[in-house]
Amino acid sequence: MDIYRENILDHYRNPRNYGKLIKPDITQIGDNPLCGDSMVMEIRVSKGKLVEIGFTGKGCAIFMAAASMLTEHVQGMSLSSLRKLSKDDILELLGITLSPTRLKCALLPVKTLQQSVGVMDVKKGG
Amino acid sequence: MADFPLLKTRIRGKRIVYLDSTATSLKPQAVLDGMNRYNREYSANVFRGLYDISERATAEFEKAREKIAKFIGAATSREVIFVRNASEALNLVASTWGKENIKKNDVIITTIMEHHSNFVPWQQLAEEKEATLKVVGLQSGYKLDEVELLSAVKGAKLLALTHISNVLGTINPIQELIKKIRKINPDIVIVVDGAQSVPHIPVNVALLDCDFFAFSGHKMLGPTGIGVLWGKAKLLEQMRPYMYGGEMIERVTLEKSTFQEIPLKFEAGTPDIAGAIGLGYAVDCLRSIGMDNVRKYEENLTELALDKLSKLKNITMYGPGNASEKCGVVAFNVFGKSKKLIHPHDVAQILNEDNICVRSGHHCAMLLHNALKLAATTRASFYIYNTEEDIDALVLGLKKAIKILG
Repeated sequence: MDIYRENILDHYRNPRNYGKLIKPDITQIGDNPLCGDSMVMEIRVSKGKLVEIGFTGKGCAIFMAAASMLTEHVQGMSLSSLRKLSKDDILELLGITLSPTRLKCALLPVKTLQQSVGVMDVKKGG
Repeated sequence: MADFPLLKTRIRGKRIVYLDSTATSLKPQAVLDGMNRYNREYSANVFRGLYDISERATAEFEKAREKIAKFIGAATSREVIFVRNASEALNLVASTWGKENIKKNDVIITTIMEHHSNFVPWQQLAEEKEATLKVVGLQSGYKLDEVELLSAVKGAKLLALTHISNVLGTINPIQELIKKIRKINPDIVIVVDGAQSVPHIPVNVALLDCDFFAFSGHKMLGPTGIGVLWGKAKLLEQMRPYMYGGEMIERVTLEKSTFQEIPLKFEAGTPDIAGAIGLGYAVDCLRSIGMDNVRKYEENLTELALDKLSKLKNITMYGPGNASEKCGVVAFNVFGKSKKLIHPHDVAQILNEDNICVRSGHHCAMLLHNALKLAATTRASFYIYNTEEDIDALVLGLKKAIKILG
């Protein structure tokens, strides 16, 4: 199966929501030291919902496409829904199947996003 | 030329272009047959039974040890210890000689081009013992900084050094270096990681004059699960066992146990008998070709690869530019428009569509990648079964990757 299909390449070449936010509520670093992928995810939250998201980072095409598609998908989503995002949701967004090794690249953005929401809860509680 | 069954298999109807022998080599039919014979005809334990098939298993197991000893120029096969792989061999030295001899404020020297296997055990040992770990860097041309090395070894207790870099392919002139080091510091213990050298160039541990030498069977046409630690008998005899259990025991009483002589002292438990026998056949195979011929063949192929790859516009290669100074390993990165890096994972994935097997990542050499300011590289490596067609397939595959992602 060809994983470098047109929509993946489009998101790779022109990632959506790429860049820093002016006033993020939370900034979360995510990395995968094994393959050298690293990213910064920034979000703004209002009334329990994600209202703005931006990311920067470097990595392979699958990582970049997954991050780009994820940031489009989660606009306006409630934090509780964000926490429920699963591996299958990401694969559905990408529309491809991946080997276990490449899966790590595809899941780094959602992992980082969910960490950022976790951090946010701690902050609120504190 | 030996017969490699894997080269006859087809995936998606196409042949396999195997360019990852630095990770593990293909296995010739003779090795598979030798292991099969053990499993089918005499799969008894070694050093135990008095019946025919056990005697035969012991004899074949020890014959393999003899073949390996001769192959690497060991004075006696007692100095050849079977372990799982080079990593285990290096850990064995760190956990035995290292723990007994390294004290607070002692100095351990290693280099920036080590595989994690020959760095992390020493880093951990230094931490545990509050010893100092010094890391020798590179000079120009991706070579080890000899001046820095020779100055660092003064007063040091141990040097852990790779023979050949598994990323750059740089062949360290170990023999000359050790000669110089021994003059500066006659007491230093020298551990050489030979995982990338024994399969590809002639090696003679007596001439090298190191103290320990580690390598893996599966990178030299043998099976996985078997490797070798060679050590000078004098040192091995002083060392405590690495593990305790069957085979390595001489006598056990409630109060005390005594242990076998080397090499069995270091081989607790039933060993990988089929693996050791398989490695013996791999050695036969390499000897029948001749290691000088192996080296010559690979040097020619590497020269061809360096030449053909350098004609690609968007490639940067890391390592000595001259095939005479390096082993059959080429690490590189390819770039697209406005010099944007095409991630090695993507390169490897696109090559895989045409069954071209290369490695991508940091190849267990994060220190080296950090020093070169690289997150990852793609690595193609060659062995006796590779041909010019394989290199042409790689070049075509890279052009395809640049076309898709560039």
